[in-house]
Amino acid sequence: MDSGFLIDLVLAAGVLILAWLSLVATNLFKAIVLFISLGLLVTVVWVRLGAVDVAIAEAAIGAGLTGALLLAAWRRLWSQRRPVRDASGGDDSGGDNVS
Amino acid sequence: MFHKLDGAKLPLGLRLICSAAIAALTAVLIAIVILSGPAAPGLQAEVAAQLARSGVDNPVTAVLLNFRSYDTLLEVAVLLVVAVATMPAPGRRLRPALAPTGDMVLIGLIDLVVPVVVVVGAYLLWVGAYAPGGAFQAGALLAGAGVLVSITGRFQFSFGALPARAILALGLLTFTVTAAAVALQTGVFFQYPTAAAGVLILFIEAAATISIAATLVLLYGSLVPPAREQESGP
Repeated sequence: MDSGFLIDLVLAAGVLILAWLSLVATNLFKAIVLFISLGLLVTVVWVRLGAVDVAIAEAAIGAGLTGALLLAAWRRLWSQRRPVRDASGGDDSGGDNVS
Repeated sequence: MFHKLDGAKLPLGLRLICSAAIAALTAVLIAIVILSGPAAPGLQAEVAAQLARSGVDNPVTAVLLNFRSYDTLLEVAVLLVVAVATMPAPGRRLRPALAPTGDMVLIGLIDLVVPVVVVVGAYLLWVGAYAPGGAFQAGALLAGAGVLVSITGRFQFSFGALPARAILALGLLTFTVTAAAVALQTGVFFQYPTAAAGVLILFIEAAATISIAATLVLLYGSLVPPAREQESGP
């Protein structure tokens, strides 16, 4: 078994595990960070597939900007909820669902 | 708007049937892909044969900006539609998007990183003619620089202003005008004259890069909560 195949195997397993983790994470912030990590791993996958153009786009848009957009949206949710939460102690997590 | 789904779990039997159905469908699809043999050769040979006439040496850029430039034009148009949808109302008073940060480490880092990012973005745009790179990658990088600048709160982008709107529309405008202008000479929409194709592609890509970067920064800016509202809460 050559090393290239082993790297591909680890990458494929990593992508699946990260995708699963980012879907089942109940904490929004954790889910976003896992999603960004997934984007970076997918970038490596594109490089392994020889699609360097797609890899650059994935790194810049998929991992970088989408991550920034998700974090901005998360902060917006959090700042809207904070006045309500302050009375009951409040927490610094992204929380789960917003009703 | 959103409700917790924890209390409304599906019955176990239904969940088992659903997962079995999804697993079976996935297995069938994978089997079809494996059994259908090697993929068709596609159009790589045709692209390689015509590459000399496209004006660029990178087959990806040749396809995106010359052979299939109509698709790319529509992509740029979609981005403009996104920009219009998220644009602030005209004449809205400018509010600080974020409180200016006093974080010297962040400010120092951004002073160092942003010029480098701008240079790398320009390089990616230029190198797209020879190697992987191009307008979308360069635009996304520049947008990253724009987001970095805007999180310090020292500068902000006012997309309600007329010049900003012109920048957002620049890519689509340049693309369409160039396509129509070359039609005057060659008779076909988007048929670049072979001798000038390289320069025209770089020209279109430069304009598209600026519009893509501006659109993405606008998207980020539309999500950031205004600082004033945040502080006025009880």
